[in-house]
Amino acid sequence: MSTDVGTILKNYKQGKREDLIPILQAIQEDLGYLSEEAIVMVGSFLGLSTTKIYGLATFYDRFRFIPSGKINIRICHGTSCFLNGSQAIINKIKEETGVVSGQTTRDGNFSYEIVSCMGGCHNGPLINVNGEYHIHVKAEQLPELIKKLKYIIEND
Amino acid sequence: MEDLKSFLIEKVLLFESDTLSPETEKVLQKVRREKPDHPVIFVSSGTSSVIAGSEKTHSSIESYIIENLPNAELVSVGCTGPSNFEPLVCIHIPGKNKLFYRNITEEKVEPLLNGVFHNEINEEDLAGQSGTKGFELWTGIPFMDELPFFAHQKRVVLSNCGCYDPENIEEYIARGGYRSYIKAIRHYTFEEVCDIIEKSGLRGRSGGGYLTGLKWKHALNTTSNARYLICNAKESDPGAFTDRTILESDPHRLIEGIAIASYAIGASNAIVFMRSGSDHALNRLQKAIDRAREYGLFGHNVFSSGYNLDIKIRKEPGAFVCGEETALINTLEGKRGMPQLKPPYPTTSGLFGKPTVINNVETLINVPLIMQNGPEWFRSMGTENSPGTKVFAVAGKGRMSGVVEIEMGTKIRTILDDIADGIREGKEFKAIQLGGSSGSFITSENLDITIDYEDLRANGIGMGAGGFVIIDENTCMVDLVRYYMEFIRNESCGKCIPCREGTGRMLEILESVIRKPLNEESGTTLERFKGVMQLETIASVMKDTSLCGLGQTAPNPFISALKNFRDEFEEHIFDRKCRANVCRGLRLFSIDVDKCTGCTACAAKCPVNAIYGTRLQPFFIVEEKCIGCGICFDICKFSAINVK
Repeated sequence: MSTDVGTILKNYKQGKREDLIPILQAIQEDLGYLSEEAIVMVGSFLGLSTTKIYGLATFYDRFRFIPSGKINIRICHGTSCFLNGSQAIINKIKEETGVVSGQTTRDGNFSYEIVSCMGGCHNGPLINVNGEYHIHVKAEQLPELIKKLKYIIEND
Repeated sequence: MEDLKSFLIEKVLLFESDTLSPETEKVLQKVRREKPDHPVIFVSSGTSSVIAGSEKTHSSIESYIIENLPNAELVSVGCTGPSNFEPLVCIHIPGKNKLFYRNITEEKVEPLLNGVFHNEINEEDLAGQSGTKGFELWTGIPFMDELPFFAHQKRVVLSNCGCYDPENIEEYIARGGYRSYIKAIRHYTFEEVCDIIEKSGLRGRSGGGYLTGLKWKHALNTTSNARYLICNAKESDPGAFTDRTILESDPHRLIEGIAIASYAIGASNAIVFMRSGSDHALNRLQKAIDRAREYGLFGHNVFSSGYNLDIKIRKEPGAFVCGEETALINTLEGKRGMPQLKPPYPTTSGLFGKPTVINNVETLINVPLIMQNGPEWFRSMGTENSPGTKVFAVAGKGRMSGVVEIEMGTKIRTILDDIADGIREGKEFKAIQLGGSSGSFITSENLDITIDYEDLRANGIGMGAGGFVIIDENTCMVDLVRYYMEFIRNESCGKCIPCREGTGRMLEILESVIRKPLNEESGTTLERFKGVMQLETIASVMKDTSLCGLGQTAPNPFISALKNFRDEFEEHIFDRKCRANVCRGLRLFSIDVDKCTGCTACAAKCPVNAIYGTRLQPFFIVEEKCIGCGICFDICKFSAINVK
C-alpha cells in the first residue's frame, strides 16, 4: 500500500503546500480513502504536521477516512430530487443500512453518501449504485434492491 | 488526421482574412457533417442523457449499424436542452431534414431504425425535424425550433450544444472556433480585448453582475510579475446544472473563452476549478484541453505571438463555500477553504498574492462570441443594463425541464408557461425558486418581473447562478426552507459566528416547527413559537454581519418564504397543520371504516406497529403511536386511509 502512495508523491516533485489537496485526491482515488499511513507519508513529504493535514482534510466533504463499502450508494439531494421525495429515500437507506451518510457498515458491504445535484433533475429521485443510475426511485423499492445487492456480494 | 490538422491550422486558424476560400469552406462543410453522403445518427451524451440510459442506446445503435447499416456514422453529441426528451436521438438521412426522436431507450432502437430506414417513420416518439435549405422536408412534422420549448429561447451560448461531438476539436474549428482567440493574440493588445468586453457590457453571470471588462482591467492595471485566471466551474448549488451542461456539450468554446480572458489580463496560467462528482464533465474538459494543446493553442509562444499560456484543471475537494472567491483561492493554495475579508479584492491580491480574475463558466463562454461578432451584436440582445442572454437550469415540477437560454428582459412567466409548459399533472403553481440555496421565491403575483439584474434587484430577488426550480402545491414551503437551511448549515465553514451559529439556530427552530413531539411540554412549545418571534431577527443579524456571501444570503429563502407564505408558517406553528401534507410530524392518519377491508397490508408494513385490528374487519390507527410516516397511506389499495 505504501508503495502506491510513494509513486503518487513522485509526481509532485517540488512538494509545495498547494500540492496538498491534489495529492490527497490522488491517494483517495487510488486507495478509496485516506489511510493513516498515507497521511503520515504526505506529512513528511510536504513538511507538514499530520494534524494540519487532518485539519484540512476533515474540512472537505469528499475525503473519507474509512474505506467505502463494496456497494457505495450516492443519493441525489438536489432541490428537484428533494421536491420529488429524496428525503424518504435517505431515511429508508439509513434505516436499511443502519449507518449515517459517509460511514460504512460493519461488514464492509454498504456505504452511502448524499450529494447535492447529480444532474438528472427530470428523473428524480435519483440514486447511483456503484456507478449505475437508478431513476424515479421509490422508498418502498429500496429494501428489495438492497437485498438483491447483498445477494450479489455474498455470491461473489 | 495529421493532414486535416495541418490544413486546419494553416488554412483556417492562421488564415488572415475573415472570409475563407471556397475550397476551404467545402472541406469544413464536410467536417461539420452539414451535407453528409451517408446516414448520420447523433446520440446525446450529457449527464442527464446518461442517467436516462443513453449509453445503452449508444451501444445498441452501434451494434445495429454494424449489422444493418455499414455506411452509417454514429456521433456522440452534447446535451440539446430538454432533459425529459433524453435519450435524444437524431437521424440525418442524406438529402432530408434531420429527425429528432425522444426517449429512445435501448429496446426502442431496433424498431425505430428499422422503420426510419424503410421510410416508415414512427410518429410516436418523434419530437420534430430540423434542417436548412436544400433538404427535403418531412411533411406533417413540426420543426424543433418551433416547439414552445425552443421557440421562446434565444440560444447563443448554447448554440453549439447538441450539434457537434464535444470531443472533436476539428469540428469546433470548422464551426469558426479558436479563430477569435488567434486573432486576439496576434492583432490585439491586452487593453483592446478588455475594451471590447467592457463595451459589450457583459456582466458576471454567477449572480453578482459585476462588469467583466472592468474586472479584467483592474487585474491588468495591477503591477505584478504574474497574473492568474480562474474559471469557477464549481457549481454545487442544489438544483443547478447549467455549467455542467456547457462543460459537457461545448468544452472547446469554454477553453477559447478562458484563453482569451487569460490573454486580456496578461495571465500565463489559467486554472479551471471543477466541481467534484461530475467526472463526465471533467473527462470531457481534460480531453478537450489535451486536444487543444496538440493543436498548439497553448504552451510556450503560441503561434509565434510571444504569448505563453497553460491551462490546468483542479478538482474541488468538496465544500460548498469554496465557490466564494477568497475561499476558492485558499483552497487552491492548499489551505482550508475559508473566505477572507474583502478588500483586498482578488484582482489586486489573489492566488499567491498575485492579481487574479475569477470568472464563472457562463461568463467566459460569452467571450469568444463577443470577440467574434463584436460588442454591438452583444448589446443588441437583452436590455440596456443587462445585455446578452442568461442560461437557466429549469427543474422541479414543470412539464418540461432542462437547460434553457433566454434573452435578458424575458418575463419569468414566459419561462414558466411557455418553455416549461406549466405544471406537471395539472397541479396548482405555487412558486419559483430562483438562485438555489441563497435565492428567493417568486410567487404568481411576481411572474411579470423580467430577467434583468436591475429589475430583479428592485424586487429584492437575486439573479443567482442559474437555478430555476418550479414548485407546485404539493410542496410545503416550511419544509423547503428547512431543506435549504439544512444544506447551508452543513456547508457553513464555521469561521464567523453569525453564520455558524445562526444557521444552526434557524434550523433548530424550523425543525421544531415541523416536528410533532410525543408529549407537548412547555419548552418545545416555546421553541416552536420562537419561529415567529426570533427567526426574523436572527435572519437580519446574519444578513448584516456575516463575513461572506454564503452567510449573508443564507436567510434569503426563509425571508422570502415568510414574506410570501406567512399563513403557511403560522398554520404550522399555531394550528399544527401542513396543507401540502408533507411534514411528516404533522400528519394525522385515520382509517375509513367503510372502505377498509381488513386486508392487513398496512398493519404488516407499519414500522411502529401502530395499526391494530382483526383480519377482514376494519383496522384502526393508534394516534399516540403513529409517527406519520405515511407508509400505510401509500400501501392501501382501497384508499381507506385518510390524511388530515
